[in-house]
Amino acid sequence: MAKMKFLCDAERCIECNGCVTACKNENEVPWGVNRRRVITLGDGEVGEKSISVACMHCTDAPCSAVCPVDCFYTTDDGIVLHDKDLCIGCGYCFYACPFGAPQYPSEQAFGVRGKMDKCTFCAGGPVDDNSVAEYDKYGANRVSQGKLPLCAEMCSTKALLAGDGDMVADIYRERILKRGDRPQTWGWEKAYGSAV
Amino acid sequence: MSVSLVKWTASVQGIYKRETTMSSKTVTADKARRRFRAMGWSMLLIFACAIILPTTSYLIPTETANAQVVDDQNQRSNFWRAVREGGSGYSSVKGPETGVFIDNGGQNWRQLRNGPISTYGGWALIIAVLGCIGFFLVRGKIKIGAEISGRKVQRWETWERFMHWFTAAGFVILAITGLSMLFGRLVLIPIMGPEGFALWANMSINVHNAVGPFFSIGVLGMFLFWVKHNFFNAVDLKWFASGGGIIGNAHPSAGKLNGGEKVWFWVVILVGLIAVCGSGFALIGWLAQLGIGDETRATMQFMHKVHAIGAILWITMFVGHAYIGTIGTEGALEGMTTGQVSEEWAKQHHDLWYDEVKGTVVGQDKPATGSGVSHPSTSTT
Ligand code: SF4
Ligand code: SF4
Repeated sequence: MAKMKFLCDAERCIECNGCVTACKNENEVPWGVNRRRVITLGDGEVGEKSISVACMHCTDAPCSAVCPVDCFYTTDDGIVLHDKDLCIGCGYCFYACPFGAPQYPSEQAFGVRGKMDKCTFCAGGPVDDNSVAEYDKYGANRVSQGKLPLCAEMCSTKALLAGDGDMVADIYRERILKRGDRPQTWGWEKAYGSAV
Repeated sequence: MSVSLVKWTASVQGIYKRETTMSSKTVTADKARRRFRAMGWSMLLIFACAIILPTTSYLIPTETANAQVVDDQNQRSNFWRAVREGGSGYSSVKGPETGVFIDNGGQNWRQLRNGPISTYGGWALIIAVLGCIGFFLVRGKIKIGAEISGRKVQRWETWERFMHWFTAAGFVILAITGLSMLFGRLVLIPIMGPEGFALWANMSINVHNAVGPFFSIGVLGMFLFWVKHNFFNAVDLKWFASGGGIIGNAHPSAGKLNGGEKVWFWVVILVGLIAVCGSGFALIGWLAQLGIGDETRATMQFMHKVHAIGAILWITMFVGHAYIGTIGTEGALEGMTTGQVSEEWAKQHHDLWYDEVKGTVVGQDKPATGSGVSHPSTSTT
């Protein structure tokens, strides 16, 4: 069975935020909720790196371990999804997640947050595939249509890869071999030349 | 051990002797022994140096300089190491901590919450309840020793009782809803099913967050109005020394509040008001709105740990308080329900306080002596 993975190649990401826009548009996520974001490390300095991050669909998912209503489940494809009908908006998954993936529509008095929303790997949720209810709650279900997450599909530099972990790893390994040996494997110089 | 060592030494010496006799020179046995001793010491020195010398590298400063050179060469791995350790950057997506790529506290929080906090916390609660049941079975209700006369003394004013029961009601609601959040997945989902429990949990969290602030006002009131009764003094020391009269039939002296009640008061204030209520306000974001602290994940993880540990400690102590105040002690509950306690209860449990207030005794003596009539009902007051 395929195990779905995201991988962002920091040597390629140019911080265009195309993935963020693609995600918002494809899934019609509410205002203020961003399932994906791009972080630029060392912004404005020589050698800055950008990397796109959303839910990484962890194997031993911390969000799932702490959820008081146990509303997470992992699909056969290794995608971590949750049931919004059960979610009580406690915020625990956000406290536990290493990547800040869980998002909340609102923060009101008495700590009411609303139902958690996060990246679904464009795989919808626990209602009928491609139904209106699914789209309203969880966004698109591209995986059921044989497609991959739109963020990766639309990445202009193909920095963001999504798909079966083995295939993603093969593509990335090929890139690394082309880029050359260590320590330039991850090299800025290898990608853009030492003069830059 | 020592026997074989002697044998070994003897055989080594034997070899030596044979060697020396083999050589044409006349080497005395004395010289051989000296040589053997020298060899022993050299071996020891070699062993000692082999252990000590490598450790001296820690003392040599060039070693750190070398590490620095390695660091400079590995800038890229250092770059990602900093990110791995929680370093942050810029993100055009705005919000708290959106620039942080990896937050490491979550895993620690998960392990503490799902591990020791729920395990030891759960057992602490079970043991507290079982302890009270066990104590009741062994010791029974602590009875009022003297015959009830019907005379009463005022112990708690109406507003004090209101404050107590207002806070107590809040406490019970918060304890049930809060424990549902921690243990519901383990205990209630198998009973209620995921949907049923989700309904209950949704109600729980909202009720918990809404009742908490009002409850905190009650606890604050208790602190302000009752702190004057709760300073420890020499009488309390003696009270503790005699175990509070829990064992045996001794009734150590006490003022209006005994040592145990004072401990409970300070648990309510220090653990309850400061740790649990304080962290609760942080968790619902009120402290951050007041400009105290922030709403980062690190803060929330820390506050949740304080809240959970403090609350379990508080509930554990509460089990004891509720037991002693109701079925554990005859005549104690009416002090907080009617406001008055029987004179005999006061003399038995709070003799020094009784001496202070005995001028204010209300109620009637029991009707004229008759050996057949005893223990008239006290529930009429
Ligand atoms: S929400 Fe966070 S913890 Fe859960 S699977 Fe996604 S990345 Fe992992
Ligand atoms: S916010 Fe929802 S999904 Fe996240 S831990 Fe709480 S109940 Fe579970």
